[in-house]
Amino acid sequence: MIEIVNLSRHFGQLTAIDDISFTVEAGEVLGFLGPNGAGKSTTMKMITGFLAPSSGSISVSGFDIGTQTIEAQKRIGYLPEGAPCYEDMNPLQFLGFIAAIRGFKGDEQQQKVAQVVTTMGLESVLTQKIETLSKGFKRRVGLAQAIIHNPEVLILDEPTDGLDPNQKHQVRNMIRSLSKDKIVIISTHILEEVTAVCTRATIIANGKIVSDCSPAELESKSRYAHAVTLHLTEQQSAATKLSELPGVSEVEVNEEGKLLTVLTEGGQSIYEQVNDLVRQESWQVDALYVEKGRLDEVFRKITEEVV
Amino acid sequence: MEMVVIFKREFASYFSTPLASVFIVIFLVLAGVFTFYLGNFYERGQADLMPFFNFHPWLYLFLVPAISMRLWSEERKSGSIELLMTLPITKLDAVVGKFTAAWCFIGLALLLTIPMWISVNYLGDPDNGVIFASYLGSWLMAGSFLAIGSCMSALTKSQVIAFILSVVICFLFILSGFPLVLNVFKDWAPSVVVDAIASLSFLTHFSSISKGVLGFRDLLYFLSLIGCWLFATAIVIELQQAD
Repeated sequence: MIEIVNLSRHFGQLTAIDDISFTVEAGEVLGFLGPNGAGKSTTMKMITGFLAPSSGSISVSGFDIGTQTIEAQKRIGYLPEGAPCYEDMNPLQFLGFIAAIRGFKGDEQQQKVAQVVTTMGLESVLTQKIETLSKGFKRRVGLAQAIIHNPEVLILDEPTDGLDPNQKHQVRNMIRSLSKDKIVIISTHILEEVTAVCTRATIIANGKIVSDCSPAELESKSRYAHAVTLHLTEQQSAATKLSELPGVSEVEVNEEGKLLTVLTEGGQSIYEQVNDLVRQESWQVDALYVEKGRLDEVFRKITEEVV
Repeated sequence: MEMVVIFKREFASYFSTPLASVFIVIFLVLAGVFTFYLGNFYERGQADLMPFFNFHPWLYLFLVPAISMRLWSEERKSGSIELLMTLPITKLDAVVGKFTAAWCFIGLALLLTIPMWISVNYLGDPDNGVIFASYLGSWLMAGSFLAIGSCMSALTKSQVIAFILSVVICFLFILSGFPLVLNVFKDWAPSVVVDAIASLSFLTHFSSISKGVLGFRDLLYFLSLIGCWLFATAIVIELQQAD
């Protein structure tokens, strides 16, 4: 469990983190969202013991990061932003070094290295200097060092930044496949990632937590949640009739008048009513579906309120 | 234990780039030039290595900061310091591990000057005890330069700034034993102060060791200088965490 209590961090005059508190339980995958400069990386740097808090406390699995730093750090795997590593080494040497620091010796050390090499698919680049590797491989080396000791807590700062879609997919699968009793905190500004891997989405803006709920709840905060979209084959004056349906708050029509989105009041389902109306009026429809909430819209709304 | 792991990684890192070979070649060439041309090794007609060791403080003044400048600045620049400092190691492990790797590397360069010792034994009958003491003193002095450089390197992201700061501070430590500096104080300061300043000098301690007097005071001087500067390095790194 990670427990963060009244955490603040100042850089000179600037307040990067402003009195935040939250706890993360084992089994949670927490997505840390927020605009650039909101304080995501700063928080992660404090949880891992790289930066000292200006005030407040952080405990990781019961160990205070300020006073029992080493004990806490033994339980954490960390991928810093940009996945820095010793680029003059090759992945085999580098992972061997990390395993040795983590206290593995001899056969066990080689076995741990072999294991993460397989997990992250690094077999083909083992003896190349890290500085010559592509961005994707460097990121995977960074992830490999973070999971080598099978940590209770995994903290990944933008793990999929700069990866191609296939690599993103792999990394997300890796995160999902971690055993269920771990804590994972990932920061990202890719919203689809949150729905794809996280059980909890925490939005931070201007150093404060502005939203903390599950990705599904976050989606339901969107005005598009439960909305119904129709693609009409031909242009119709359907908007007025749709807006008269009970429970409909607004109908958005695109420029050609063929794409209509029916928004609901208070998130109730209106698919049935819309469907009935379509049949009743015998409109020719190409597609008719219920919208999911749009996370980017919720994200923008929540973070812009703060600014 | 972790300290040994850091040491191994750091020591190996010198050899994974051309740094090691470039440094060692330049060190050996300069040591030779100083000894044979400026030190008049042959003309003196004496079988000892005084001309060789006398130039070591000046050789180290530029070559040791070139090694020490990368100790911390490079880690900060590349961001790998964030990785290192979030691994379960103490700052002492990191500071001492890195320092000893660099120190042993310089020790290796120093060992490669052994042909100099062989030639002087071939040419005459030197006091090998004195030569051994001189080697030890030289290595200790290199360690002191290195510890100063380590602290300067922790202060800044820029290797160039770290290099210049180290050279300047090492230069002051060399000069503090020179009449040039001491005369400024002699006229007005009490002799205790003058002695204290003189006793801080690398040259005073190094010359007494290289005369073959391996005194406890000189050993203590170099070791405590190394200890203090390494401690300062750890403090600088600690402060950056809170900054």
